[in-house]
Amino acid sequence: MKYIDEYRDGTLAKDIARQIATVADPARSYHFMEFCGGHTHAISRYGLEDLLPANVRMIHGPGCPVCVLPIGRIDAAIALAMRPEITLCTYGDLMRVPGSNGSSLLKAKAAGADIRMVYSTLDALWIAEAEPDREAVFFAIGFETTTPPTALALKAAIAKGLGNFSVFCNHVLTPVAIQNILESPDVRKLGTIKIDGFIGPAHVSTVIGTEPYKFFAEEFRKPVVVAGFEPLDVIQAILMLLQQVNDGRHEVENQYIRAVTTFGNERARAEVANFFELRESFEWRGLGEVPYGALRLRPQYAAYDAEKRFAMVTPAAKDNPACECGAILRGVKKPADCKLFGTVCTPDTPIGSCMVSAEGACAAHWTYGRFREKARQVDAGRAVA
Amino acid sequence: MNMMIRACGRKLDIANGRVDLSHGAGGRAMGDLIEVIFHKAFDNDWLRAGNDQSAFSVPGGRMVITTDGYVVSPLFFPGGNIGTLAIHGTINDISMAGAVPLYLSASFIIEEGFPLSDLERIADSMGAASREAGVPIITGDTKVVERGKADGVFISTAGVGQVPDGLDLRADAARPGDAVIVSGSIGDHGIAVMSKRENLEFDTAIVSDSAALHGLVAAMVETGGRHIRLMRDPTRGGIAATLNEIASQSKVGFRIDEEAIPLKPEVAAACEFLGLDPLNVANEGKLVAVVAPKGADALLAAMRAHPLGREAALIGHVVADGNCFVQMATSFGGGRIIDWLSGEQLPRIC
Repeated sequence: MKYIDEYRDGTLAKDIARQIATVADPARSYHFMEFCGGHTHAISRYGLEDLLPANVRMIHGPGCPVCVLPIGRIDAAIALAMRPEITLCTYGDLMRVPGSNGSSLLKAKAAGADIRMVYSTLDALWIAEAEPDREAVFFAIGFETTTPPTALALKAAIAKGLGNFSVFCNHVLTPVAIQNILESPDVRKLGTIKIDGFIGPAHVSTVIGTEPYKFFAEEFRKPVVVAGFEPLDVIQAILMLLQQVNDGRHEVENQYIRAVTTFGNERARAEVANFFELRESFEWRGLGEVPYGALRLRPQYAAYDAEKRFAMVTPAAKDNPACECGAILRGVKKPADCKLFGTVCTPDTPIGSCMVSAEGACAAHWTYGRFREKARQVDAGRAVA
Repeated sequence: MNMMIRACGRKLDIANGRVDLSHGAGGRAMGDLIEVIFHKAFDNDWLRAGNDQSAFSVPGGRMVITTDGYVVSPLFFPGGNIGTLAIHGTINDISMAGAVPLYLSASFIIEEGFPLSDLERIADSMGAASREAGVPIITGDTKVVERGKADGVFISTAGVGQVPDGLDLRADAARPGDAVIVSGSIGDHGIAVMSKRENLEFDTAIVSDSAALHGLVAAMVETGGRHIRLMRDPTRGGIAATLNEIASQSKVGFRIDEEAIPLKPEVAAACEFLGLDPLNVANEGKLVAVVAPKGADALLAAMRAHPLGREAALIGHVVADGNCFVQMATSFGGGRIIDWLSGEQLPRIC
């Protein structure tokens, strides 16, 4: 497949892996966080960690929009969907995300709620158009990448005079979240986890560019390499990070030059700015309340804001106390450190959101990587014997 | 309700007519429907005999029986329809025992309002598929349910077959060292169906691989039946599900080589933009065989000599693994697990 296979070339990967092995200083270790779930998925799916030396480790970050959605927002969406006039349009990923007391959108659908899986914001618009007697609500989630399509859907709804279309907005912002991780006590004060650099999300930067990362690369003295989602992109970004760390540099570098520019897509950002404004605070699963880390519709579009239109409330809801999603999303723990991982919490019976989306750290590790733990246990057992 | 109720001469308006509740009520209208659509399409001595059941003599030895329901949406897709699927799928389930399929039954649950022309088209293609396979449909049933209680038409087929003497394929028979062979490119059916799904339509040259595999299986059994441990047709859940089923039933693991798995570039491309893993995508005309190491080469050659096995490939081996993990060496150079699919990747593909 042209323009795809080139970025999955095993021979090139081995070359870069050899360079990494040469560049990595055996006297120290390196810990890099891939912020974005797309990278987590690529690392797991292509077995990229097998190509890294033991002292170069990846930490899976919170960049999976499904995973960071707090349980209360799912509860609010379920409560909304149970109203008879509502057709809730959602991406398939969200269907199985656990709400409170074992609930989920999938179960609400089975209980009679009109919940439709859509592939794009346009599907939701079409439903609103085709069924004028229904209230079509689009469950909008995601980072800067998925916000412009929501903005365009709102623009189209207004142009078409669709009075029965609205958006339940859960869009969140990447740079703020990375900063929040770096400022968290785990990272800053306690020194329990060490992050030597970040792989920055690819598609987010096609919209926002590389510029927004400059501040904290300087402030926190951590290198950032914005990388594409193909496995060669990721392994090259790891090499670039290693070189920065060894040189004592902390710059924002762009590996994904075929799609990302310094300032990103200004038209897309203008559309977003037209419809959305910052929330003073928004809860992220795993990070807690993040100031200015999410978006809401501007007051002049209140008629299209499902939260206002239907007076939605987000109930306070707690995760399963044994679930380590929070610590895993901050990079403090690994999926296998969680007592629930692989026992009661599996992709078929997810307890925490990290186990739901293919981009979630736990699901990716379960699906693609868990044999490594088993292999290590077996090796350890042999060593003891 | 037997299909052979004598028609009473009323004409069905097949071009414009629709199935209504009277077509399932046991009266004349039902007799007309069965006569004009099903009888015509499946015509054979058993149906003509007009009994509520059909009798046949059983050869000696071991027999197999299987049943399967078909609810695919959309009903028509590139390379087939729900009817051809219902014939091929059941023949394949029989064939995976190494058995020779003998007879089929067919049961229809039709939604009120379903166009008669579509029903005829489905029945005709079932008749053609059954004749081509040489496996007659010898009994059947028709029910009509109210609008909204079904999705167009649902079909159930059952089949019986005879196992050749000395052949005993079992799910728990895979042993470390065995070779894993797939009969051709994976994911064609799932992507063909997906390409016609409402709201997701895309243009593609991919057609479903829906086919009856008993001819290919007969060639394999003849060449090296004693070396075949077991066979599966990787339908829903794709080869990922099939390999995991075998792993847990045989209590073994697998090592699969990603580069060895046959995959059409168009299917790879469609999976890429739909975000699907081809290993999870359904097939309806492919089989996975686990074979003893010394029989692998001869079986592979026999498969490649058959039109439905031309692209057959050895994709990996069985290994001893108490965790029953299916592991794959990626073409990128790493390793990963191939897992069961969680939840649904594609709604209603067969």
